[in-house]
Formats: sequence, C-alpha cells, structure tokens
Amino acid sequence: MAYVPLADRDAEMEMHHPHSFIEKYVWSQDHKVIAIQYGGVAVFTGLVGLVLSLMFRMQLGFPETTDFVDPNFYYQAVTMHGMIMVVYFLTAIFLGGFGNYMVPLMCGARDMVFPFMNMLSVWVFLLSVIILMASFFVGGGPTGAGWTLYPPQTAMAGTPGHDMGIILMLISLAVFIVAFTMGGLNYVVTILQYRCRGMTLMRMPLTIWGIFVATVLGLFAFPALLVAAIMMLFDTLLGTSFFMPAVIEAGTALDHNGGSPILFQHLFWFFGHPEVYIVALPAFGLVSDVLSVHARKNIFGYRMMVWAIIAIGGLSFIVWAHHMYVSGMNPYFGFFFATTTLIIAVPTALKVYNWVLTLWEGDIRMNVPMYFAIGFIFTFIHGGLTGLFLGNVVIDLPLSDTYFVIAHFHMVMGVSPILVLYAAIYHWYPKMSGRMYNETLAKVHFWLTFLGAYAIYLPMHYLGFLGVPRRYYALGTTDFIPQSAQDLNAAITIAALIVGVSQILFFVNVLGSLKWGKKADPNPWGAASLEWQTPDTPPVHGNWGDELPTVYRWAYDYSVPGAHQDFIPQNVPEAEEPTVSDEHFDPDKDQSMADV
Amino acid sequence: MGLIKTVTEKPWERKGVIGGMHPEGTFDTESERVALVYFLVIASVVFSLFLVSYYIRMELPDWEPLSEPGQLWLNTGLLVLSSVFFQWARNIVVKEEKRNLYTAFFGAGVFAILFIVGQLVTWENLQAGGYYMTANPANAFYYLMTGLHGLHLLGGLWVWSKSSIRLLSGGEPKDIKLSVELCTLYWHFLLLVWLVLFGILANT
Repeated sequence: MAYVPLADRDAEMEMHHPHSFIEKYVWSQDHKVIAIQYGGVAVFTGLVGLVLSLMFRMQLGFPETTDFVDPNFYYQAVTMHGMIMVVYFLTAIFLGGFGNYMVPLMCGARDMVFPFMNMLSVWVFLLSVIILMASFFVGGGPTGAGWTLYPPQTAMAGTPGHDMGIILMLISLAVFIVAFTMGGLNYVVTILQYRCRGMTLMRMPLTIWGIFVATVLGLFAFPALLVAAIMMLFDTLLGTSFFMPAVIEAGTALDHNGGSPILFQHLFWFFGHPEVYIVALPAFGLVSDVLSVHARKNIFGYRMMVWAIIAIGGLSFIVWAHHMYVSGMNPYFGFFFATTTLIIAVPTALKVYNWVLTLWEGDIRMNVPMYFAIGFIFTFIHGGLTGLFLGNVVIDLPLSDTYFVIAHFHMVMGVSPILVLYAAIYHWYPKMSGRMYNETLAKVHFWLTFLGAYAIYLPMHYLGFLGVPRRYYALGTTDFIPQSAQDLNAAITIAALIVGVSQILFFVNVLGSLKWGKKADPNPWGAASLEWQTPDTPPVHGNWGDELPTVYRWAYDYSVPGAHQDFIPQNVPEAEEPTVSDEHFDPDKDQSMADV
Repeated sequence: MGLIKTVTEKPWERKGVIGGMHPEGTFDTESERVALVYFLVIASVVFSLFLVSYYIRMELPDWEPLSEPGQLWLNTGLLVLSSVFFQWARNIVVKEEKRNLYTAFFGAGVFAILFIVGQLVTWENLQAGGYYMTANPANAFYYLMTGLHGLHLLGGLWVWSKSSIRLLSGGEPKDIKLSVELCTLYWHFLLLVWLVLFGILANT
C-alpha cells in the first residue's frame, strides 16, 4: 500500500472531527492545537527558567541585596535553569511546538499520521514538566548538581536536592523522553509517508528538513540519556554501583564501590552534543525560510543546505567527548574529537555563507521577522567562532569551566535559537492567529533583546579570559579577579534584568494582538510555501478544505524572472502562473509592507 | 528510493507533478510498519548503549562475572517457540484463513507469557542464591537488561491482548492482519535481542 487514496483518506479524517469544547481544545487530536499546547507549556517552563536565571544573576551582581539566594538555592537555580532551557523549553518548543504546527501544513497533510499518539505526547510532556516542577516542593528541593548531573556528587549529601530532587529530575527526564519519542515518531512518519501529491523530499521547505533530521537525531540521542537516567536511578534508589565509585561522605564510607563516573559523562554527552543540534537544526530550517521569504529570493544553495543539515546531523554523534577534555582522556582521543569538532564547522559555515548569500542582492523587506533572522546570523557567527576556540584541546583546557564557556554556549544555543524562535513566531503569527501584531512594539522588543543579549554575553568572554570560574556562588576576593571584573558582573546583571523584563513586550504584543490586532491577510509576506495557501486563516481542522493540495514546484520560487508577481506558490501549476490581474497579493495595498 | 538520487535532485529545475495520481509515501508500505521499524531502531540503540556500558563497566576491578542459571536455556526455548508460533499465525493470517489461527496466535502469546514467568523464576533463584543486585555490577546489569527486555515483551503482549480480544469477539483474520504481522516482526526482533543479550551474558 503505497498510499491512501485521496478519497479514503478524507473519509477517514472526517471521523476525527471534534464536537465539544473539551475535544476541541483540551483532549484535542488536531496537530495545530497540540502545537499550541506544547508551545504554551514550553513557554511557561521557559519563563520559570528565565526567572531562575534572573535570581542567580542578582546574586552574582549584587550579592548584598539577595538574602533569599543562599548557596544551596544558587546551585538549584543554576541547575534547573540549564535543564529547563535545554530540554523542556528549546527542544519542546522547536519540535513539539513548531514541529507539530509546521509538519502537516508544510507537507500538505491533514494531520499527523497518528493523531492519538500525538495527543498522548503532549500530555505526557505536561506530566514530565509537573514532575520536574514538583521537585521545587519536596524536602531538600530540586537537584543542585549542575545541569550535567555528574555523579558522584549528584547523590552526595553536600549537594542540594541529593535525595528527592535528583530522583524527580531523572524520572521527569525519562517521562520527557517517552513523550518525545511519541511525538518524534509522528513527525518522522508523517514527513516520510503523508506528503501531498507532488511534494518530493527535495521540494520540502528547509524547515521540514531541519525538523526531520533533528527528530531523527533525537530518536538516537535521547536513548543515551534514558540509559544514563535509568542506571543513575538504580544507583540512587537501589544502591547499585554503575556510576558511583567508592566514596567517603562526611567521614563514612558509602556502600557504593567501583562505579565509573566517566561512563556517565560519556553517556550524558553522547546525548548532550546531538541535543545541541536537535535545537539548532529546526532553528536553521526556520531561519532559512524566513530569510528567503523576506529577501524575496530563493534560498541560496538549497541542495547544499539539505546536505549540510544531514552532514551536521551525522557528525554531531562523533564529537561528544569535546565536552570532556578535562576529564583526563588519552591525548589521541582528544585529538580525534578536536578534529571531528572542527570538521563539523565546515557544513555549519556553509549554511552561514548561504544565509548571507541569500540576502545578497535580495529585495530585502525589513519586516520584524527579518530583524530577528539577521540578528540570528550575527549571534550565531559569534557563538560559532568561539566554538572553534573551545573545540581545540589546548585552548579549551585553560578556558574550561570559565565564563568563556558560558558565553559561548549561550550565544550559540541560547540566544541564537531564541532569536529564531522570535523570528518564526512573528513570521507565522498572522497564519496561526489570523491577526497582525504591533510592528513598533515588536521592533522595540528586537532591539532590547538583541543588544541586551550582547551586553550580557560579550563581557562574559572577557571574564572567561580572566579565569573567572563558572558555577561559583560568590567570587570572593582573589588577585586574578579585580574589582573591575566584579563591576562587569554587576553590569551583566543589569543587562540581564533589562532583557528579562523586556520580554514582557513580546507577551503583551502577541497576546494583546489576538484581541486588538488588525485582521491579517492570508499571506501577508507573499510566501510560496504550502502553509500560507490554506483556504482558511487560521487553518481549520483538516487544514485543506475538501481537497488536498497538489504541489508543482519547490518552496522558493521568489522573484522568478518573467513572472508577474514576485512569488509563485508551491501549488500553482506552471500553466497557471499568476498574471497581474489575478494576483491577490499587492504590496502597495498591503499595510504590513508599509515600511518597505 | 535511491537516497543519493533523491538528495541530488534539482528542485528548481523540475516543475509539474512528480509521481502518480496519488500522494505517495517514501516507503511503499503502511505507516504503522514504518513507525514500528523506527521504534525497533530506537530500542536497538537503547540495548546497544546498555551493552556498551556493560563492556566499559566490566573492565573495572570490582567486577565478578555472574554464572548464568541453566534455566535460561529453557526460557530461550520458550521464546523461540513463541516467535515460531507468531510466524505461523502470520502465515495463516496473510492468506486470510482461519484454520489453526487460534492455536498459532494464542500459542504465541502463551509461550511469551511462560518466558516471562521463567525469567521471573530465574530472578527468584538468583536472589535466593545471594546474587543481589547491589552485590556486584554484573548482577545489577543482569537484572537491568533482562528486566528491560521483559518490559519490551510486556509491551508486545499488550498489543497481542488487544488483537486477541478483537479475534475472540468475532473478528475476521483480515481485521488483525496488520497487527499480527507487526507483532511477528516485533517478536523476532525481541528474540534476536534476547539471543544477543544471552550470548553476551553467558560468555562474560
């Protein structure tokens, strides 16, 4: 059975139509509702992570004003901030949120292949978040072991949350992996099996390629975290010694004996490094589409972009030990991982060149999504270049565990994906909500976020050069940390507070525009990909009305020579390429293009 | 699907509808089967990572190899029978016949349940013999990996029981055809995983 004939598939979909409010918005099997649910939970969790970061930044910048941050809470806040942002926020919002929303729409499907499993996925994800948040309320509080959860200190009395906190964290991660697997299977199978007629793999927008490869990475990488979490649970709950070595705690020897903490590090980073790309690849895809649409040009080097995504995905599994240079490894081992790490810069740089070349001589429209997309190119180049430094063993050793590392990974996988996230939300908001947001507010939000992010992370590189260590509750007075460094720390905190608070602008804009925003054109940016061609805005259940679309071309037919309009949607046959009279898109009349 | 051919297409040059009159999946098969194969890949990754951890942990000085109970040979036989019966059920069901279907299908499930019971008995015996999980990492790995394998089998039995109910409440062979085919694939996979696990556990 190579396909489900159109007629049958439509009849089958008919049966899933929701009837009551609860079916429609709570136990919904509609991928768009599930996407919003995923996104909502992820954003809420991300806000918790943001508030935690502001609290420990206060401690670092102005220790005398923060009585509520004691050393234990500091470690807990740092740990939870890290884990929340990487796993529960970024992974969930890119794949659970955008993956769910975009995959069926961009592939021309009515929904995911397994809508029930999709629904289950979001509720299991919510369960994992609830378990994670519960650790704030148990005795001892959440784990404070650092987001990498290295044994043996995770389980030892000196670490906050060493009893219930770490157990809840591990269970929550295991539950998250179950949720991710259910969602991920859906994305992969939907992309492979449910594309509409004419949508070949190489006609898919890069967003779908990014989500596809990232999901495949996740389905290979998360098992490593699952294995590590299960074995660590056994160590903490049942007293086995997979990871726990013979260790003395406050004068008494623990029952553990002979375990290998390094084994945990290998498992953790075998997950941890691909995880970077699980976040980055969907971001790469989304930003490619945003850049292409607003530059009114086809993406430069589409095929190479696809190959680069696949190459990065493959290489991401053989670089993990560059996180472990200081763990005492064989120099040849370090040499191997330094080499692979530098090799992965090749496809990544290729993507950056292609983004810049997409802009080259484009008919650039400086709409809000374009601000964020170009901002992303800056922060990503910046964070990527510091990665080249840290990828080399000899440079990494002195910089390891300093603020330089913090600055690097926040630039490359914190700020950069979040800028893409904003670009994507502002780009697809008109389709998702049927409303336009306030442009001015959005631009203010961009400048505060973009410049603020630089004000936070640029000085951190310098602190790292000085040798200021990360994960210290207070720096104290030492010779190598002058007063100026302390002042810099205070300035970083002020910048962080401003950036943190300015995100309110985003929420005011996005939520307020739902009510007060002016009605959006179905295709305000003049985009060619399929999700903008739905008969309804926002798309209704089933997405495509009576008939599934047919695709005749790739997703990047912008400014085609000889065409009468500067984009040709994917579902327009060659014979019917629009002429001036039948186009519905008119930049002069469209208010969203007013500032062009 | 030639992968190289696919990813070297030049989408900007080829216009018009590509393919037939209908939407086409990448693989010429049911989506459920694609999903199951994908799940098997994930499960293989999980088991492989446990085995890699097993080999790494084995190198450390406190390792005392566990001598596996002889009963595992009997259990292995039960699992083989279960797989054979599933294959039998599959061969019947693809021909949409009903003769012997009950024997084959329920026999497969019963042997799988007996395998799990047998595994639990070996656990009991090991515990009685003082081979506790905390006594040595080799013991811990034994419980962990056999337990994980058992959980996967229980998951399969859940699908099997759903199909059983459908069959008993008057379902026709074609109603459970896909489910039996996929169960068979899953059972063969779990048999393979078990043979690898057993081989490694018995030889280390």
